[in-house]
Amino acid sequence: MTVLLLVVGAAVGAPSRYLIDRFVQSRHSSVFPWGTLGVNILGSLILGGLAGANAGLDPQLAMLIGTGFCGALSTFSTFGFETLQLTRSGAHRQAVANVVVTLLAGLGAASLGWTIGQALV
Amino acid sequence: MPDRSERHRTNLPDGFTVIDPDVDLHDADQLAETRPREWDLLLAISAGGVIGTLSRHGLDLAVPHPPGGFPWSTLLVNVSGCLLIGVLMSLLLRRPHPPRLLRPFLGVGVLGGFTTYSTFAVDAQTLVLAGRPTAALGYLALTMVACLLAVWLGWVVTGSVTRRGIGPVPGPGPADVTPATPEARG
Repeated sequence: MTVLLLVVGAAVGAPSRYLIDRFVQSRHSSVFPWGTLGVNILGSLILGGLAGANAGLDPQLAMLIGTGFCGALSTFSTFGFETLQLTRSGAHRQAVANVVVTLLAGLGAASLGWTIGQALV
Repeated sequence: MPDRSERHRTNLPDGFTVIDPDVDLHDADQLAETRPREWDLLLAISAGGVIGTLSRHGLDLAVPHPPGGFPWSTLLVNVSGCLLIGVLMSLLLRRPHPPRLLRPFLGVGVLGGFTTYSTFAVDAQTLVLAGRPTAALGYLALTMVACLLAVWLGWVVTGSVTRRGIGPVPGPGPADVTPATPEARG
C-alpha cells in the first residue's frame, strides 16, 4: 500500500516540477533559475505543513503527499547543477544568491507551513 | 545544412549556457523536445520520478533515523544524486544529439525524484524543534557543501575521462572533445 501511495505521489510530483519550472522560466529572460527555486519553496511549504499537522494527520496521506508528491516535486540535484552552471558561466553573484535565497526561502517556507499546519489541527 | 537545434548547439562549444538541467528554454534542444509529442515526455519524467522516489524511500528504510535524529539517509540521497547529475549532464551536454527522452527520464525524473529539497528543509527544522540547533546548522552546511562539491566532482571527472576517449562520447560530434575549427563550425 505504501508503495502504491508513493508511486501515485511521485508520478504527479515529478512532471509537476517540470511543468512549473517551464511555466516560470518562459516568463522571464534572466539565467536565474526561478523555476527550481519556486518548486523547492512550494515543496518545503507543503511538507512543513504536513509536519506541523502531524498529530492530526492520516499517515497514509503523509506518505502520498509528503514522501511521494513533495519529494518528487522538490529537487536538490537540479538546484546543485544550476549553481555549478551559474558559476561556470561567470555569474558568480547569481550562484551565491541562488544558494542563499534557496536556503533562506526554503527554511522560511517550511517554518510557515509548520505554523499553518499546527493552527489547522 | 544543420537544423536549428544543431546549429544552436554547435555555436556553444561546451554547452555551458545550459543552466537548468530540467528545462532550459535558452537551449534549442531542450525547447524542441517539448513538442510535438509532449505526452511521452511527461510520461518519461513521471516514470523516472517514481523510480527515484522509491529508491529514496528504500534508502530511508535502510538507514532509518528517529524523529529529531540526524538524517543521514537524506544527506546520502542528496549528495549521491548531485554527483550523478554532474556525471549525467557532463555526458549529455557533450553529445550533439542525445536521445530525446534520456535527460527528461534520468535527469528530471529519476534524479529529480530521488533527491529532495523539501525533506532537507523540514529535516533541519525538525532538528531545531528537537532542541538540537547545532546539529541543524551542521546538517544544513554539510548537505550544501557536500552536494555542490559532488556536482562539481561528477562534472569534472566525467569531463576529463571522456576527453581522454575512454567514455562513451561519439566520434563525429561537434562537442568539445576536439576543438572545432572555423571550417568545422561554418
